[in-house]
Amino acid sequence: MSNAPTPPAGVQKLTPELKAFIAEWKEKPGNLIMVLHRVQQFFGYIPREVAFEVADLLEIPLAKIYGVVTFYNFFKLKKPGRNRIQVCMGTACYLKGGEDIIAELEGILGVGLNTVTPDGEFSAEAVRCLGCCGLAPVMVINGEVFGKVKTEALQGILAKFRKG
Amino acid sequence: MGYKQYILVCGGTACESNQGIALFNALKSAVISNGLVNDVQVVRTGCLGFCEKGPIVKILPQDTFYVEVKPEDAETIVKEHIVKGRVVSRLLYDKKQSQINVGIEGIDFYQKQFRIVLRNCGVIDPDKIDEYIARDGYKALEKVLFTMKPQEVVDEVSKSGLRGRGGAGFPTGKKWSFAAAQPAGQKYMVCNADEGDPGAYMDRSTLEGDPHSVLEAMTIAGYAIGADKGFIYIRAEYPLAIQRLETAIAQSREYGLLGKDILGSGFSFEIEIRLGAGAFVCGEETALLASIEGKRGMPKPRPPFPAVKGLWGCPTVINNVETLANIPVILTKGGLWFSKIGTATSKGTKVFALTGKINNSGLIEVPMGTTLREIIFDIGGGIRNGKAFKAAQTGGPSGGMIPPQFLDTPIDYENLGKIGSIMGSGGLIVMDEDDCIPNIAKFYLDFTVDESCGKCAPCRIGGRKLLDYLKKICNGDGTNADIENMQEISEAMARASLCGLGQTASNPVKSSLRYFMDEYKEHIDEKKCRAGKCKNLLRYTIDAAKCVGCTACARVCPANAIAGERKQPHVIDKTKCIKCGQCFEVCKFHAVNRA
Repeated sequence: MSNAPTPPAGVQKLTPELKAFIAEWKEKPGNLIMVLHRVQQFFGYIPREVAFEVADLLEIPLAKIYGVVTFYNFFKLKKPGRNRIQVCMGTACYLKGGEDIIAELEGILGVGLNTVTPDGEFSAEAVRCLGCCGLAPVMVINGEVFGKVKTEALQGILAKFRKG
Repeated sequence: MGYKQYILVCGGTACESNQGIALFNALKSAVISNGLVNDVQVVRTGCLGFCEKGPIVKILPQDTFYVEVKPEDAETIVKEHIVKGRVVSRLLYDKKQSQINVGIEGIDFYQKQFRIVLRNCGVIDPDKIDEYIARDGYKALEKVLFTMKPQEVVDEVSKSGLRGRGGAGFPTGKKWSFAAAQPAGQKYMVCNADEGDPGAYMDRSTLEGDPHSVLEAMTIAGYAIGADKGFIYIRAEYPLAIQRLETAIAQSREYGLLGKDILGSGFSFEIEIRLGAGAFVCGEETALLASIEGKRGMPKPRPPFPAVKGLWGCPTVINNVETLANIPVILTKGGLWFSKIGTATSKGTKVFALTGKINNSGLIEVPMGTTLREIIFDIGGGIRNGKAFKAAQTGGPSGGMIPPQFLDTPIDYENLGKIGSIMGSGGLIVMDEDDCIPNIAKFYLDFTVDESCGKCAPCRIGGRKLLDYLKKICNGDGTNADIENMQEISEAMARASLCGLGQTASNPVKSSLRYFMDEYKEHIDEKKCRAGKCKNLLRYTIDAAKCVGCTACARVCPANAIAGERKQPHVIDKTKCIKCGQCFEVCKFHAVNRA
């Protein structure tokens, strides 16, 4: 979940492994969320064409999948950047300057939250409490946690992840 | 177990993400390179609680407690402490101490704490079932399966006085008895590990540090109510906790402590993990069940209660992680023992995630009835940078802000309710004089509005209206009529909302209006934010008498709003000023005023 996978280029399709996973879960009640987790783990989001395939395999209407995907914060319909930045906006991080970090990040990236930079390198999002409040304010990039983040340090941290 | 010494390394999330894994590996290789593999064992434990000073290393049997340890310190610890028996004083919490036996008793953070739920956290390796068993693990399960009838188990839990630690505080024994009274058939036992409250991580730490205690408790509960299937509903955002649970489930299956015919008793119980997907409303029982069923997590009106008609229409008990972690201890030591801890109405202990503007952030467990003053000043070490305490928030977005006059109130469910807050799941956020109360109320409402499922109107519309008013006030456009409207809406939301989310969403507003009306009034009447948080209300000016004309402010101003000749007093152009505050911070002569 944390490490951004590199999905294959072109039209997204369920892989044989994903199909096997769906077959294994098909008869279990309440399987949809578990299946969507697995799909997102692979692609980094829920691609539209894959959602069609899942609907067919689970024999449920596409609208039901759309309903679930849009209800939960965790599921994404858009492809995130190659490097996924999550800024914690739990209470402790908010009190200790989470907002300033977001403002600074938006300045550096040149795009707002939940938008991929034109070069496809980064996308940033505000997330709910990550549960390491002792390190507030906290930021996560591709699963790597940065604690007690200072706005001045952001340029340097991002440079580590930039390609090249 | 022929080891002479043990090096315990905290494996909680905060420490691990602070180079804790590198530290663990460095200690292991230092032990190998010094030829001590047969004498010293390096163990990665669960959270030791003192997250502020992480990563933490503890050495047994001397009980020496090292803080803020870096991977490069590993070699020194092994060479000095282990080999030569000399304490590395620069890594101690209290650097002045020099004897080797400086354990946690010497640290104020651990005094006044009493550990039931966290009894094994930071003591055992959570990935090894044998270590849990060595600490009386699964003893309660054995006792229950072979010497007690299901009804006796329910009675024992009722006798303990244990109440739900998820927030509302419903008596656990009573909940179990409702489900136990339903006719035999398919029943379910669910563990709520969807810790959505921002600023709280008690359940995460418990699961990461002692996953077996929750598995054992679920199995006991299953036996008591007649369920053969359990689900753990856990946030997908907690990958480490999920991984440790998976390991724990596999191990207990292998040991015959989970699965078919447990220990040959004839009782069978299975546990499956189901992932949440980031919806705060799923902390509400009926919404959580909808989510396990694979649907949108929308709550349903109650009754029928889940204990009667829950998951897929079957009787279901839902208990929070912390509630469950108490169960094995209650059954080994007895309900009576447990009922002697705490206050008249609230028994046992409570785990809090102590965060915010406090010196010692961390995970603590105290007996019910401890006062906020003891928690914040004795355990937490007081407010950061010597600032003044303003308020504490318990219960996250569902709780209220507690002002200084209640610092000496003993904490229990009833007392917190009386002063306008709730126990909640255990987040305890400390705010100081630099925090703006209306701004924090806005933060919480922003959260609940975003998380409202939209099913019922009081929550969907009321929350939005409250947020609009708070934004208006923080922008300096508020009126006194807004306050009256907010009070009315808060009351309506509390009474008419369908579920706990909407019923409690107005608590931050209600409590802050009750105790911090002067701050709201200042925002409205004087257009002033004393904490300097509401940017629209700030005015920056330069005191001509103090300004020496060093040009530092003019150079740093991103809006070119500051003008003035070198060595002459400068002036801020209010029409250009974007109130970023950089001039205020850069001025060495305190000539920039913020009002």
